[in-house]
Amino acid sequence: MSDKTVLTDGENSRSSSSPAAPAELDGGWKQLARRFFRHRLAGAGLILFALLALMALFAPLIAPFDPYAIGRSYQPPSWTGGHLLGTDQSGRDVLSRLIYASRVSLSVGVGAVAIYVAIGTLVGAVAGYFGGWIDSLAMRATDVFMSFPYLMVILVMVSVLGPSLGNIILALGLLGWPSVARLIRGGVLSVKEKEYVKAGIALGYSTPRLLFLHILPNVLAPVLVNATFGIAVAIITEASLSFLGMGVQPPTASWGNMLIEAQSFSTLSGRPWLWVPPSCMIIIAVISINFMGDGLRDVMDPKGRR
Amino acid sequence: MEAVLEVRQVQVTFKTEKGEIAPVENVDFQLGKGETIAIVGESGSGKSVTTLSIMGLLGKAGRVSRGYISLHGRELTGLSAKELNRIRGNDISMIFQEPMSALNPVLTIGHQLSEQIRKHRGLGRKEARAEGEAMLRRVGIARAESIMREYPFALSGGMLQRVMIAMAMSCNPKVLIADEPTTALDVTIQAQILRLMKELKKEFGTSILLITHDMNVVAEMADRVIVMYGGEVVEEADVFQLFDHHRHPYTKGLLECIPQIGSGKGERLAAIPGSVPLPQHMPRGCRFQDRCAHVMDKCREQHPPLKDAGKGHKVRCWLTCEGKEGEENGGTP
Repeated sequence: MSDKTVLTDGENSRSSSSPAAPAELDGGWKQLARRFFRHRLAGAGLILFALLALMALFAPLIAPFDPYAIGRSYQPPSWTGGHLLGTDQSGRDVLSRLIYASRVSLSVGVGAVAIYVAIGTLVGAVAGYFGGWIDSLAMRATDVFMSFPYLMVILVMVSVLGPSLGNIILALGLLGWPSVARLIRGGVLSVKEKEYVKAGIALGYSTPRLLFLHILPNVLAPVLVNATFGIAVAIITEASLSFLGMGVQPPTASWGNMLIEAQSFSTLSGRPWLWVPPSCMIIIAVISINFMGDGLRDVMDPKGRR
Repeated sequence: MEAVLEVRQVQVTFKTEKGEIAPVENVDFQLGKGETIAIVGESGSGKSVTTLSIMGLLGKAGRVSRGYISLHGRELTGLSAKELNRIRGNDISMIFQEPMSALNPVLTIGHQLSEQIRKHRGLGRKEARAEGEAMLRRVGIARAESIMREYPFALSGGMLQRVMIAMAMSCNPKVLIADEPTTALDVTIQAQILRLMKELKKEFGTSILLITHDMNVVAEMADRVIVMYGGEVVEEADVFQLFDHHRHPYTKGLLECIPQIGSGKGERLAAIPGSVPLPQHMPRGCRFQDRCAHVMDKCREQHPPLKDAGKGHKVRCWLTCEGKEGEENGGTP
């Protein structure tokens, strides 16, 4: 014990360039976060999305009017008349409806993605780790799911279950998992052969512990990217469904069903305040999320690391 | 000496598309308390498969098809995964060849170290962390506190091997299996790691099973040496006995392959011609016959048994049996 070999700082560790930069040491996720914010588009996307989320969260405080209160219809936008974005055919304030609609769109996006990432991760991880017939079964199931005409199946599901917000989230969530399952499966297939997994077995860790606490964190990065794009897709799908009349039912506002109410020719040509704002909101939401996804992908690509 | 780990007549078979093969056969030894046994041999000699079979890491295709492995008299070969998980990492630990790939890149050192301590010793989060930190200090890492927060990519190979040793020793195992623990490290770091392992062995009374093909490491660490060739033990002896009075031509060949500074300038380094035959193409008779300089007709026909040449020195070669052939004939499979 007396000749204990204690190493000094400098000689054996490649990190710790200077004690002045302790953040440098934390590596991993913190480093990712820093690189993410340095990526300009990603930062902008995150800020935009955060604003949208705040708007949805505090809708009752921000909205100037009750979104269901009926007044004089088709008032054009004005700074002085109180209705910043005018009113619709029932005389409801467009701005307030727009703000409340963000709740629907964001919860569809986040809810559906949360459901299908959870399902896909579980299926993919189990299929990849155990292989054999479990794997074949899971992969054939993804083949079947992926060969469905997406929008049609959702339309059928929603019309059978009834068109409500919860059912739309459920339908989107139940249909989206195959792509996540495949991503996770591929990752698990390669990571499970790594020596640290063998080391984990040699340390006496149980299979679920190894699979979910040791292997999964190594394969989540591409899924995170996939999930951000998934949110955008879900928002658009909800808008499409609402546009087709199978989405969120009036009088609840969603960006999609605000568009459907503006379908008439006279509205399209003469009252742009009814369809331009919801379209813009959809575009902003989708773009901000896509930017975030792009940024995440760049940041997580090991070749892109500087 | 009290036997901690017993490996008796073990044969390991793997299922392949072309039927079963047996990369390990006739492996038989026991590891005493506080003893270090080195298993040496070329690639393909079966030394790694032997250790994997002890740890139960053979995978789906492999199994111990004959013989048994026991720890303190408790047989390991038939245990369920759950029982095995209680032993692995607790009673038997393992250090791997490449420390860089043996630690999970997305978890911090502290996380990995304390997870294991918590699992096997049932400590709380805080105690396990403190214990882990103490263990890091014990293996000679000065900045233990900040290293606990590091991810593996930030550490050098030597540091990571220290971390691996800390993990392996943290539950005070009875047996430590070290699979070429220094092969991937710099020579200077190698010496430090070997010294550390020796110290810990003395302190904890751990028995070490050392897998290596580096004869210098053997000379530095081992009490006894097992030489493996073609999946079987060909010679087993005390370390001094082996270096000075080896009997098997293969052991001789291995020892001649050690490069030595200053001896015979301009001389070419000796090498054993050829390579280990594949398990499915094992020749009849002695497995070393095609590469042996002293091959006789008998070697081509009959498989030599592992014979005791006195004082625990065992050899599997017809040359050494020659004289006593009259009294001890047979034993061939």
